[in-house]
Amino acid sequence: MTAVAESPAVGEVTALTVTLKILRTNPEGTADHAAGESYWEEFQVEAHATDRVLDALHKVKWDQDGSLSFRRSCAHGVCGSDAMRINGRNRLACKTLLKDLNPARPITVEPIKGLPVEKDLIVDMEPFFASYREIMPFLMTTGTAPERERLQSPEDRARFDDTTKCIMCAACTTSCPVFWTDGQYFGPQAIVGAHRFIFDSRDEGQWDRLEILNDKAGVWKCRTAFNCTEACPRGIEVTKAISEVKKALTSGDV
Amino acid sequence: MTHHEYDVVIVGAGGAGMRAALESSQRARTAVLTKLYPTRSHTGAAQGGMAAALANVEDDSAEWHVFDTVKGGDYLVDQDAAEILCHEAIDAVLDLEKMGLPFNRTPEGKVDQRRFGGHTRDHGQAPVRRSCYSADRTGHMILQTLYQQCIKQEVEFFNEYYVLDLVLDKDPQAAADGEDVAVTGVVALELSTGEIHTFGAKSVIFATGGAGKIFKTTSNAHTLTGDGMGIALNAGLPLEDMEFFQFHPTGLAGLGILLSEAARGEGGILRNSEGERFMERYAPTIKDLAPRDMVARAMANEVREGRGAGPHKDYVLLDLTHLEPAHIDEKLPDITEFARTYLGVEPYTEPVPVYPTAHYAMGGIPTTVQGEVLRNNTDTVKGLYAAGEVACVSVHGANRLGTNSLLDINVFGRRAGIAAAEYAVALEAAPGLRDDAAARVEGIVTRLLATVGEAGTERVADVRKALQETMDRNVQVFRDASSLEEAAGAIAELKERYKGIAIHDRGRRFNTDLLEAIELGFLLEIAEVVTAGALAREESRGGHYREDFPTRDDEAFMHHTMAYTTQDGVRLDKKPVVITKYQPMERKY
Repeated sequence: MTAVAESPAVGEVTALTVTLKILRTNPEGTADHAAGESYWEEFQVEAHATDRVLDALHKVKWDQDGSLSFRRSCAHGVCGSDAMRINGRNRLACKTLLKDLNPARPITVEPIKGLPVEKDLIVDMEPFFASYREIMPFLMTTGTAPERERLQSPEDRARFDDTTKCIMCAACTTSCPVFWTDGQYFGPQAIVGAHRFIFDSRDEGQWDRLEILNDKAGVWKCRTAFNCTEACPRGIEVTKAISEVKKALTSGDV
Repeated sequence: MTHHEYDVVIVGAGGAGMRAALESSQRARTAVLTKLYPTRSHTGAAQGGMAAALANVEDDSAEWHVFDTVKGGDYLVDQDAAEILCHEAIDAVLDLEKMGLPFNRTPEGKVDQRRFGGHTRDHGQAPVRRSCYSADRTGHMILQTLYQQCIKQEVEFFNEYYVLDLVLDKDPQAAADGEDVAVTGVVALELSTGEIHTFGAKSVIFATGGAGKIFKTTSNAHTLTGDGMGIALNAGLPLEDMEFFQFHPTGLAGLGILLSEAARGEGGILRNSEGERFMERYAPTIKDLAPRDMVARAMANEVREGRGAGPHKDYVLLDLTHLEPAHIDEKLPDITEFARTYLGVEPYTEPVPVYPTAHYAMGGIPTTVQGEVLRNNTDTVKGLYAAGEVACVSVHGANRLGTNSLLDINVFGRRAGIAAAEYAVALEAAPGLRDDAAARVEGIVTRLLATVGEAGTERVADVRKALQETMDRNVQVFRDASSLEEAAGAIAELKERYKGIAIHDRGRRFNTDLLEAIELGFLLEIAEVVTAGALAREESRGGHYREDFPTRDDEAFMHHTMAYTTQDGVRLDKKPVVITKYQPMERKY
């Protein structure tokens, strides 16, 4: 027999009752709501202060209403499935702890903004991934590849380290006021994706990518609102990355 | 219902699936089906690195890597497969680098390497720097890089298509030995619409990952429900060595979130409540860098003997406080953030509470070294392939070494992709799906949707929780006949309860309630096979430790387990282990 560590393991954590106020949409309609109509619904769950918002959502789904729909997978902030708007801010439900949210008040949970809502907290991610594909997010090189690895100094590797962390959760793009109102804008994530290659010393496609980002749907739409940087659950300095791309375009130098 | 035809259909878009797709799509018309989006796959959660004897920072050789893999697997590894794994490792890493993977670099600009558990110089002399890495997010970089290459090659993805059935041209259990059995396609549920799709294919590759959710405490994603393994069992195919499940030593206590072995590779030390570096007693030569099965057992044993830390004395401590904060930030940024976010512990100054967490299935769908799926000890299913955690080649034997799984998905994902495409190209006509191919899946979906609103029935979440708790209690690091019998009895009872479950979502679109109900069915099947194998294997080897049979018994058990589900329950058979160079020896570190 194996000793089983009970959650929570560290110290004593207080149990509490939290109220989740969730913006719901059912594409097929319910007894009380028309197909596609959005409405708020409140749920009370028993939880621990150290529980994630995702745990609370699971308690609703598993114990109260199995029709509540949201995406999730890894549950620790690396797969990017569960970006949602929690108390008005874009975050990952699996990386947001109840104790950090003032559980005395209802916690509002909405789908991320600017992408079509499919059902409850699930949005259509296709426009987001389409923007990413636009910026040619793959290493482009010319000539014959060397037999061993391409060399890259630790300093050159460090130049694009920050933007390699992106998990494509869309928290940044769907926090951007320009993205909400301008259907053409690539959004911050695609620029982050481009930055990761533009500043990689091994890549030779930077000018092709910069040309795409110089387009009317590109970096010049950014109004440096900094929402994206605040929203990024990976701590990427998104606005800084966008500024570096803008600078490369104006100086003609990466 | 919509029907599709492809040369090759790949099920799963993690590392193995996408690596296969990069090969297959160059040679044959290929579709990749995933129940997630490719970038959500659990390859992205792998942290510490990918093993290859590049010898970039110190002397190393592929042969030493083979030896470590065989010994690490407690001699249950098929040695011909391990030779391929370790010799092809070097090109596998170089290929990824050429695709753009941002490895950490040495001062000379080469791919940097670091130490990892069980990887040694010259057959066990001392730890060796063999793990090629990118901070503690190597899996993330592999997943991203492979996805980027798939975009470049315009690989065709069917995102959020949940494959539920594999269609063969005949029942493999009824076919005679040597008789041809061929794949004809798969049946999938499109999650966004609830529509059922059939895919006719000349070749099918399963790359659906693991089944960690049979346990409560696990590093695995919610979505790792053993779908591919369950589908194989339902199609009459065997699973190999399922009793060997790896418990990763350092899960965040109480949560199971993975903290990479790289923490110990970079100098971290495990301590008990007395502050003692207890691994010195269990593995005097390589201490904290012993293989995972030994470290996990040592930790569980410290807790059991009363030297656990914390208010309930139920975990041990991972001490990084002697490392420079700058070094931690550079090499271990993500895992230290997990400790801060989820436990409120600052690893610069405080040791991190850790306890073993269910991590990896060494077993899976048996394959040849080309990824061809075996339907018994010798016959392959024509056109059917498997790679990655869902498969058992077997390169991991009874215990996988850290960094060998990111290697496995690349080496055998590539091999399966090539083999599947070549088979499809050589085959003149697709065998064709039979007309009623989707009937079984339609039956399951219709039956579950009809349960909405039924009163007095079982909830999916309750049955799943009971399963996970019994597995944690009875089939974890320490096992014995009575714990395993208890688990077997509980699983049988839960399978009965499962027949009475009801779901709550009546819709067709994104019915994740329905999805979870189906996943639970797979979990129950797999837990049953794991437990049956563990009960029959009356010895201790690698990740399978029987307290009532604490030693390895090569005379009676030096064989793979082949498990089949039949109408009368699980049937177990034996398959010989391939030994080329290394005769079984006592395993000491």
